[in-house]
Amino acid sequence: MKKLKKEHLRILFGGLTESHRVIGPKIEGGVVVLAEIAVHDIPAGFEDRQMAGSYRLVTGERPEIFSFSAGPDSFKRFLHPPVSEMFAFKSSRTAIAITAPDCQGKPLAFIGVRACDIAALKLYDKVFLGGAEKDQCYESRRKDSLVIALDCSYPGDNCFCHAMGTGPSVMDGFDIALVELDASFLLEAGTIAGQRLLDVLSLEEVTEGDMKERSSRTERCLGMMKKSIRTEDLPGLIYRSLDHPRWMDIAERDLECGNCTQVCPTCFCHSHYDFVRLAGISPRAREVSGTRVRKWDSCFSRNFARVHGGNFRPSRRARYRQWMSHKLAYTFEQFGLPGCVGCGRCITWCPAGIDITREVEALRDVR
Amino acid sequence: MKRPRIGVFKFTSCDGCQLSLLNLEDELLDFVGLFQVAYFREATDRPLRGHLDIALVEGSVSTERQRSHVVAVRERTRYLVTVGACATSGGLQALRNWADIDDYKNAVYPSPAIIETLPCSTPISDHVYVDYELWGCPVSSDELSETLGSFLLDKRPGIPGYSLCMECKRKGIPCLLIARSAPCLGPVTRAGCGVLCPSLERPCYGCFGPKEGANIDSLLNVFRKSGLSHHDCALLLDKMNTSAYRKARTREGPP
Ligand code: SF4
Ligand code: SF4
Ligand code: SF4
Repeated sequence: MKKLKKEHLRILFGGLTESHRVIGPKIEGGVVVLAEIAVHDIPAGFEDRQMAGSYRLVTGERPEIFSFSAGPDSFKRFLHPPVSEMFAFKSSRTAIAITAPDCQGKPLAFIGVRACDIAALKLYDKVFLGGAEKDQCYESRRKDSLVIALDCSYPGDNCFCHAMGTGPSVMDGFDIALVELDASFLLEAGTIAGQRLLDVLSLEEVTEGDMKERSSRTERCLGMMKKSIRTEDLPGLIYRSLDHPRWMDIAERDLECGNCTQVCPTCFCHSHYDFVRLAGISPRAREVSGTRVRKWDSCFSRNFARVHGGNFRPSRRARYRQWMSHKLAYTFEQFGLPGCVGCGRCITWCPAGIDITREVEALRDVR
Repeated sequence: MKRPRIGVFKFTSCDGCQLSLLNLEDELLDFVGLFQVAYFREATDRPLRGHLDIALVEGSVSTERQRSHVVAVRERTRYLVTVGACATSGGLQALRNWADIDDYKNAVYPSPAIIETLPCSTPISDHVYVDYELWGCPVSSDELSETLGSFLLDKRPGIPGYSLCMECKRKGIPCLLIARSAPCLGPVTRAGCGVLCPSLERPCYGCFGPKEGANIDSLLNVFRKSGLSHHDCALLLDKMNTSAYRKARTREGPP
């Protein structure tokens, strides 16, 4: 581990932008979103006030550069884009020709990735690369990407990463890990690519005082975390609660809008559409050409559970239950990892203010 | 192969949705090449004869004569598709459904006695079976072209039933409801418009009508918590899809 003066962060940025699209935090419409940024775009000094169903950005007193917590976006928007072309096709009387898209582009460097999102990224890798068939576009984007992780100085108001065992300190899964201190950043390389970036920086040795500051900051962050989930009886609690009356109560409030799933860094569901323009149809030659497009979808969309003959999840109650059960139970069996990393996004960005931590707790109530 | 015969019909409406068809521009030549336009008053004088493979129906039913006309269109048509808010939910003119029609007649016309109209403006589906409904005020040209293409390919059109929020989040638009407490109808409104309003920092006002299973009362509770009165909330819903939003509020179904 080494130390970098805060004002030298821009040198790290400079090295990155030559070879990568640097994706990091930036303010848009009063919200910290992720976009391609330059170092001065980082909203240093801003603080976010989050509640269930509410988000406000204010200029605060905090001295840190990364003074804010995660907004609605995550790496997911870039590694698994919301709308992407899978392939172009052209079918004729005798054959179907398929053309793969070029998803190569300039490699991505994610800066300021929180510990919760690194846990989510591990799940994503299992989903898109862990099976017999790999997602080729995801693979090529992921392979070339750099993860520059960051220990949280402050938790968001809806965070509960500690309960889920994912944060607030970054443990692994990074190319470079940053820890922000008063006057400097601690840096650690996790891969050879990360080490190469550090080699060109003028770094200082870490002192015992720095390490003390680091642990007291982690303590402070933990102390400020307001939310939690008791995990000792998961996933069993969910399996025992499939007919709990609480699901009905949630269904009264739930808007079935899908916002929670779109902001969740572990939600990966999507649908495919074959998009054919009128110009792509030639009945005389019996030719059809178009594209297969993938779009983020959600278990909250009615069509998502429609199969031949009907819909196997016809009620809001069933849809919310499916969502929470997938997060807190089924993913353990599916991927051996929790499907919720405690980032709190679904709580903040739910218009109805439905709070997963409170709803799990309510399932524990005796009926 | 014979080109499928298509008819475009207008009931009570502003013609805007028929114009969306003419607005296909790049695809217009393909459209007339692929379909035989058997009836379309905006484009040709050709009188209506014979059967139709597809009827695109714009506008709501608001006179006695329209009531029998829509039945006649249905009888000669294989697939009937409604286009736009008026045909699909009764339109802005359905605001009269919640008032006394004579009051309106007297307020608007110098000789109210000569006005022949029904007391309510109703969607096409109140009168005949509708195969597909395209929402929007006006409809999206993309959805129109997708639906016409689907007919030729013999597949179900991919008309979204999910919320506008889904489309909004895909576009990465900072949420107006969460970050500004704006009364955005996105969570209960059908996707399809391409997120026109939130992209311009305006809350959604519901041109595409209620999404499938819209939980309107829960959203209005949220608006009331941020200071809107019952009256303000009702006004939000009483626009070009007033009938559909009101119906969705009272519809019984599994929550
Ligand atoms: S379920 Fe909610 S808190 Fe958990 S990872 Fe997803 S968005 Fe974050
Ligand atoms: S839990 Fe909230 S964000 Fe998710 S679908 Fe329901 S209302 Fe929308
Ligand atoms: S701005 Fe409106 S449409 Fe977009 S996510 Fe928020 S509530 Fe939904």
